[in-house]
Amino acid sequence: MKKVINRNQIFKVLNISVVLFLLFSISAFAQDEANASGGDPVKGKALFNQNCAACHSLTRKMTGPALEKVEERLSEDEGLDREWLYAWIKNSPGLIKSGDAYANKVYAEFNQAAMTAFPTLSNADIDNILAYTAAAPAAPVVKSSEGVGVAAAQGVSSGISNEVILGALTCVFGLLVMMLFLVNKTLRRIAEANGVSLEQENAEKRLPIWKAFAQNQFLVLVTVVLMLLGSAYFAYGWMMQVGVDQGYAPIQPIHFSHKVHAGDNKIECKYCHSSARVSKTSGVPALNVCMNCHKSIFEYKGNAEGPSSEDLANGYTNEFYTGEIKKLYKAVGWDEENQNYTGESKPVEWVRIHNLPDFAYFNHSQHVSVAGVECQTCHGPVEEMEIMYQYSPLTMGWCVNCHRETNVKVEGNAYYEKIHSELSKKYGVDKLTAAQMGGLECGKCHY
Amino acid sequence: MNSFRNIVIVLGMVLLVASCADKSKPNYQYMPNMYESVGYETYSEVDFLPNSMEAMKPVENTISRGWIPYGIENTIEGKEIARLNLSPLDSLQSEVNLAKGKELYTIYCGICHGTKGKGQGNLVKREKILGVPSYADAARNVTVGTTFHTIQYGLNSMGSYASQLNTKEMWQVSEYVMTLKQDLIK
Repeated sequence: MKKVINRNQIFKVLNISVVLFLLFSISAFAQDEANASGGDPVKGKALFNQNCAACHSLTRKMTGPALEKVEERLSEDEGLDREWLYAWIKNSPGLIKSGDAYANKVYAEFNQAAMTAFPTLSNADIDNILAYTAAAPAAPVVKSSEGVGVAAAQGVSSGISNEVILGALTCVFGLLVMMLFLVNKTLRRIAEANGVSLEQENAEKRLPIWKAFAQNQFLVLVTVVLMLLGSAYFAYGWMMQVGVDQGYAPIQPIHFSHKVHAGDNKIECKYCHSSARVSKTSGVPALNVCMNCHKSIFEYKGNAEGPSSEDLANGYTNEFYTGEIKKLYKAVGWDEENQNYTGESKPVEWVRIHNLPDFAYFNHSQHVSVAGVECQTCHGPVEEMEIMYQYSPLTMGWCVNCHRETNVKVEGNAYYEKIHSELSKKYGVDKLTAAQMGGLECGKCHY
Repeated sequence: MNSFRNIVIVLGMVLLVASCADKSKPNYQYMPNMYESVGYETYSEVDFLPNSMEAMKPVENTISRGWIPYGIENTIEGKEIARLNLSPLDSLQSEVNLAKGKELYTIYCGICHGTKGKGQGNLVKREKILGVPSYADAARNVTVGTTFHTIQYGLNSMGSYASQLNTKEMWQVSEYVMTLKQDLIK
């Protein structure tokens, strides 16, 4: 097993280094070509990312057409020159109104999505952008993937050394056990050779220990009581965990990584679980919320430092995540080719993890919006969870404990200020806990 | 040697029991009916409904409580009409509204548009989503009305946020966006 893993990792390092080598060579070529076309592709990239990339990609149709080698394509297919592009970019609605044939054709082809006019871009800016679309500079990409190589290599080396140490320790342990057996055997043989009989020397005269034990009634009684208590303890412990799903981590139909979304990209919990602010349930987001971002994000490009060796070992490669995004597209009925919805959607059957029994009432908005409790207080370090699991036991004891320890947030809440001042006088304390505000009353949660 | 074998057997049994604990399956329950409700719960599976989904869109032509109609259509002309729209929120309450708007903006918009509205949110910095414009962009001439219009319907790559924010919250965010724009222009 171990050897296979190592081999994979070594292959990955090899692959990465090949990719690195290729990238370097590509960037060298790209640089040369760019200089020939007049205009700075590096500046162009910055301008492109800032102004165009919301609707245009180099290689894919998005809200607008793909722009790789757009100038070349326009002059060859339509006979349009750079002047036309200046006019279009600076004032596309004007060009459409003037009755320009190709402008109207493009406008109609892309569902009459009006391109924003960019009067602020100078001709030089547009030259730079066009230089970028003609030959995208690959330099920054190389830089980041260099990081990949280094990080991966480090990960591999530390992994190997750990495994080597563990293997060596196991070997030493095995040797020790074998030596013990051998020594024992030799000693016995020596004893036999010398005519010493080791066993059954004084055995016959003594009462067997279990018989002696059975005859001592006191000892039997004590043992039975101890055993009963022990089994009661374990039975109680086992029964108390019935219905507690702490650590429950079901396999979901789409591998949604909270680590990537909430951890790496720092998207707020409430962005997707928006109803946690205002309603009882925190809500599984509908797929339209996914599509807010995934309309643009069609592939997983990972972190700048690349996938960690741990992720690779689990099979969480960039291609794997991209495949999960395609599952989303299939479920929501998004046609990537034509950038529109087909209308054929099917529900994603998420498996519910946190589930309170019907006899307990819990309201998210009360805790999230009124009390201002962080989501992580109950749900744990979600931003680190590759696979979501239930962090808290969600038992009554757990609820009550928190209510006993947590002070009520009264700032900016007129209702609480009044009741707080009255109750704190009654209890003679400065700060009231949720329990003192009535957070332990049965009827608060069970009715 | 005998006791050694016993220990091995006991250990083996413990291991056997422990290996039955499967984290991808829920635990035993005393009264499953209290967990798997007989009534229809949020997002539960119901056989007779389309796609077996309990979560459904409201019946056509029904409106939820507190809903305010937005009469402007999602067209280019509609957006020009919206440009002149003013916020219906009470201007005396603007401090409260802006505070709420800031909170909501940070959750829903800041991730792409950036906390300052320059279009440099975390997703943009990480090059996941590109081309997010600054509110100060003169060519776009962002007003409180167009902001609301865009939140309501979405624009190009941006989706609609009408499912995550209610009408009042959308106006609060729009008003906050205007303060961001003022700060950027300064």
